[in-house]
Amino acid sequence: MNTRQQSKLVYSWYGKPLASDRKLRTSQYKGIIIASQSSKTETCIQLGDFILVEGVNADQPYVAQLMDLYEDGAQHKRAVVQWFCRLEEIPQNKRKLLKREISSQEVFFDQVLGYDTDIAAETIIKSIMVLPLHLGEELPIITLNKEQTFYVKLSWDGKCFKVLSPDTFSKLKDANKKRGVITNSSKAFIPSDILTPVKKEKESVVQSTTETKNGDMEIESKHSSSKSSLAKERHSQRVANNDIKTPTARKKLELNSPTRCKGRLLGSEVLGLLDDDCDDVAALEPSATKRKVKFTNETLGSPPKIPCSNDKSKSTSETAEHPQKFSDTIRLSPYTKIKDFSEKDKKLHEKDDILSLVGCQSLTPRSRRTCAQKTSALIAEQISMLDLEDLSDSDSSYCSSSEEEDDDDDDVPCTPEKKTKSSRISSTPKSSRKSADHTPAKTLKKTPVRGTPRTPRNATPEIPRRIQAAQEPASVLEEARLRLHVSAVPDSLPCREEEFQDIYNFVESKLIDGTGGCMYISGVPGTGKTATVHEVVRCLQQAAENDELPPFQFVEINGMKLTDPHQAYVQILEFLTGQKVTATHAAVLLAKLFSTPGPKRKTTVLVVDELDLLWTRKQNVMYNLFDWPTQKHSKLIILAIANTMDLPERIMMNRVASRLGLTRMSFQPYTYKQLQQIISSRLKGVKAFEEDAVQLVSRKVAALSGDARRCLDICRRATEICEFSRQKKTPEIVRMAHVTEAIDEMFSSPYVSAIRNASLHEQIFLKAILAEFRRAGVEEATVQQIYHHHIALCRMEGLQSPTVSEIMAICSRLGACRLLLVEASSKYIHMRVRLNLSQDDVMYALREE
Amino acid sequence: MSKRKLKESNAESAECISQVQKILRERFCHHCAAGKLFGMEQQYRHLLELLRRTTVHGESNSALIIGPRGSGKSALLNHVLKDLREMKQVRENLLEVHLNGNCQLFLKNPFLSGLLQTNDRVALKEITRQLQLENVVGDKVFGSFAENLAFLLEALRKGTRSSSCPILFVLDEFDLFVHHKNQTLLYNLFDISQSAQTPVTVIGLTCRQDILELLEKRVKSRFSHRQIYLMNSFDFKQYIKIFKKQLSLPAEFPDETFAQKWNNNVQHLSEDKAVQDVLQKLFHHTKDLRSLHLLLMLAVSAVTVQHPLLSAADLQEASRQHSADAKANIVHGLSVLEICLIIAMKHLNEVYDGEPFNFQMVYNEFQKFIQRKAHSMYNFEKPVVMKAFEHLLQLELVQPLERPSARAQREFLLLKLLLDSRQIMDALQLYPNCPTDVKQWAASSLSWL
Repeated sequence: MNTRQQSKLVYSWYGKPLASDRKLRTSQYKGIIIASQSSKTETCIQLGDFILVEGVNADQPYVAQLMDLYEDGAQHKRAVVQWFCRLEEIPQNKRKLLKREISSQEVFFDQVLGYDTDIAAETIIKSIMVLPLHLGEELPIITLNKEQTFYVKLSWDGKCFKVLSPDTFSKLKDANKKRGVITNSSKAFIPSDILTPVKKEKESVVQSTTETKNGDMEIESKHSSSKSSLAKERHSQRVANNDIKTPTARKKLELNSPTRCKGRLLGSEVLGLLDDDCDDVAALEPSATKRKVKFTNETLGSPPKIPCSNDKSKSTSETAEHPQKFSDTIRLSPYTKIKDFSEKDKKLHEKDDILSLVGCQSLTPRSRRTCAQKTSALIAEQISMLDLEDLSDSDSSYCSSSEEEDDDDDDVPCTPEKKTKSSRISSTPKSSRKSADHTPAKTLKKTPVRGTPRTPRNATPEIPRRIQAAQEPASVLEEARLRLHVSAVPDSLPCREEEFQDIYNFVESKLIDGTGGCMYISGVPGTGKTATVHEVVRCLQQAAENDELPPFQFVEINGMKLTDPHQAYVQILEFLTGQKVTATHAAVLLAKLFSTPGPKRKTTVLVVDELDLLWTRKQNVMYNLFDWPTQKHSKLIILAIANTMDLPERIMMNRVASRLGLTRMSFQPYTYKQLQQIISSRLKGVKAFEEDAVQLVSRKVAALSGDARRCLDICRRATEICEFSRQKKTPEIVRMAHVTEAIDEMFSSPYVSAIRNASLHEQIFLKAILAEFRRAGVEEATVQQIYHHHIALCRMEGLQSPTVSEIMAICSRLGACRLLLVEASSKYIHMRVRLNLSQDDVMYALREE
Repeated sequence: MSKRKLKESNAESAECISQVQKILRERFCHHCAAGKLFGMEQQYRHLLELLRRTTVHGESNSALIIGPRGSGKSALLNHVLKDLREMKQVRENLLEVHLNGNCQLFLKNPFLSGLLQTNDRVALKEITRQLQLENVVGDKVFGSFAENLAFLLEALRKGTRSSSCPILFVLDEFDLFVHHKNQTLLYNLFDISQSAQTPVTVIGLTCRQDILELLEKRVKSRFSHRQIYLMNSFDFKQYIKIFKKQLSLPAEFPDETFAQKWNNNVQHLSEDKAVQDVLQKLFHHTKDLRSLHLLLMLAVSAVTVQHPLLSAADLQEASRQHSADAKANIVHGLSVLEICLIIAMKHLNEVYDGEPFNFQMVYNEFQKFIQRKAHSMYNFEKPVVMKAFEHLLQLELVQPLERPSARAQREFLLLKLLLDSRQIMDALQLYPNCPTDVKQWAASSLSWL
């Protein structure tokens, strides 16, 4: 059974075009037929129907109402929809506006502007029900079709919730009514106007078969474990088609989901297949059809297992005309079908009797096999035992059934308990959690024991709170120090207005257009690149909140905070969807996300800090990052930040640099005036610095690097020095002297003072090095050569000359301080020595004394 | 009667001596624990103030303590931490009683040593362990390096200045962290210390003066450039004072009279010319207090019941041992044949100006000496000489230029002598029973002419 073939869905128009526009070459239709090729099921969706639309997340399809269907000039099937919002789509902070518990079935009439209502028809999954309710009304309890019915009470416009206007309410109500009529009349998937006169006589037959179909479909939907099993199925199919196992598919490895039995067969699909076969029979032979109809009626009411197996045994005996077909089915189905049933059984009829199961077992054709008979006997025994042990609840029935299936697979008689455990454990934690809804607590207690300890995904680590409240600054200097700390976020960023405006305009225009783009921002460290970008994003978020801009998502990654460039994918995906997957999977998922048109997807603003660290040999991370925005539906805006201005030319391949584009911006180092302005803006209202002192710091830093961080650090240090040196209780402000001291402390070369504080022989050794360098004319010497000079110098000074061991010790000490660069010490006196600073510096340091 | 008394006093003094040995050895071995700080009051104040602000105000900082080995970097830090804890307690006792005893919790300080945390992965695990975060999430938190980093950053990001417990990161052997890939750990630590997250103070200890040049430009920009230099900037007078302090017994010594005697003796020693010469020599060689400790350790080991007080001779003997040349000591234990070979190598070095030589050359030189000059030397067979030569190789008095390969003959392996001619001459002077003709030959390679 080829799962891939099954998955193909064909979309075709229902009926003739209602109206067509010659000029635009579009034609409108009133319905669309979704046909699954392999299972041969067809569903018809008409205007006004409520539908599920494929979303970013496979288990969260969007809910919408179909407003219009048309084919555009390029023969693409398009649909216009009215969206409904699920609770999950509403931002967390807005959810509390509701002030009540929201059932997962409640949706909101979507009035948010900016969502694309024009979607590709291929993204429609299936039709559902959406019932409008008044605000006070309780959700009606509907057992049937639970997953396919949604309720709408309120509308959501991105800011607040409103009660549905009577107009909309009635419209929705009408749509439902209409739908009810339509569903009754349009069950026939072959529209009457297409039917040829010859076939007309058979119409009643066809009608009845389709009715069967629908009945079956209802069972199907009833059995499907989660509301969107179809969506998942699609998703998994897509995965299978792409030959990749996406984590989403893996996540859904739950007992009842189709993916789990992907290797074998989907439960509902088996049913469908079986029915298809029957349909074929039916189409050819009216009598068989009748029987079939009867069968489905049965199925509707009772657990499907027994009738079905009955049916099969019957069909094998009765329908001898098509032995091949049925044997085929039988050959294909045994394992999966039973499994499928057992699972459904477990789900639907939790309190099902074991006896019935045993009974049914003996009915299945498979039980003719001796080994199977043996197992069934064994199972019966086990079950009775279990019964005695008071384990005869639904779960043990599940146990036995799953055991049965396992036994059939490998014919090894095992105790049910063990098997159960192993089979349960093989499921992921998530699925076991999910199944907890369906199974009694008993199994749940058993399962986690042998499972591997789970990684708590969403554990929230926290640094312990401090016991005592942090002291607030008491003096002016302390206040100034607090404000001068780099971490203190200023209200506005002075001196970066132009850059701010440029970046803001760039992102804003892209946001409004709903397109994507890249911008490369460069500048030396401490010039406010990241701060400006954050400021821009903050402003944009503000604007989006005030409805001036379409809403967007903000994601930030930092090359330095990644352990590996490929981890970038993981982080981006986690920000966007909350999934945690491996890097390769994340790359695939992101590529899919950005390349497929997501109707309701917001624009993403991605800030990539320290871009140069995302460099890999093949540069595929950078390539992907810059390739996504160029794709049509990506809606991705990238702001890449790095230090070097010519990074694209220097390290990027041509194809990467070309995708990065030419939108570049470079942050110049701050000039002294700008630095001065930065400091004074931070110190506004605090009189802690002399005006000249601030200017001195700014000029000094501007001359050296233009790094604002350095500037602030010097000022901070100056306040400390001021505090140290101040006389008793007299309020002091930071003066030139303090600043000079701070600057000296930070920028003075440590080498000179290190040499001056070295011991006498260490200094003589340095002199000897200089002498040897001068003699040889090469800036490198062996210890032996220096040793001879050293001894000569010692004689001149009248000192006792040191031994070679002492010289070696001196050499290694100076080497550890990196005043010297030395070779590995195993060479002993042949070890070569170099100075790590210029000879002039050494001379200067030695002469001063 | 008098004999018994003598015995008793002997036992008593033996008790005293062992006490003295114990106290002083402890002091010399754990120099940072009990030792006092010398000549770093300013640095002490700076660091104490820095850490106090971190704990009290929740201010993030970063600093490097730079100084040569043995200059008291760790001692300074330990002192500051100890005083800080005491200060806290005092303050808390004054202000709020219910916080008493919680000062340990108040300040977490992961000590990271570059020699133990050889890469960022190990360092991150260690940080998580020392912050006791791993029990928050079970032991599965260490899934991958990436997860681990994300986890820790997340944890630190959540904190705020006013509410979170300040964290002090002490990075010992800071220069080794610089060599980690991309300097990820340093970048992140400094980045946290420069942003409004959990208050963090990063203190790095290193002996490299060029440490700032090793930092990557982004890391460097995030580092606050606070450098606390420890330079051993004391002069000889202070050195003598340190010597006295290190050697004198504490006031709480059980036998007061002995302590008195011992301390008086130390005072005398410090004024003794011979002792001062010994100390001056050491001071000229190195200001490192560890070598002073080593010298004193050698001297104190000479103290016994019969010789209860240190003398200048003890210190001189210790100094002699301390400054003895290691290779020359090995030469003293060689046979005459081996000495002859070394002398032959010395002559070869002089003739060929330090060019490498091989065994055959040495053997020829030795043969010349035997044939022309030597009267006392027996003419050894070549294999015997070879054996002696290999012994020298094993003692690493000669070193092959390249690794001996199976193909090259051992006689023609190129070698270098690891001794200076001065060393050889000095060693020969002290070599017992050296034949005169060998000495003459050593003095001049032309003496046989």
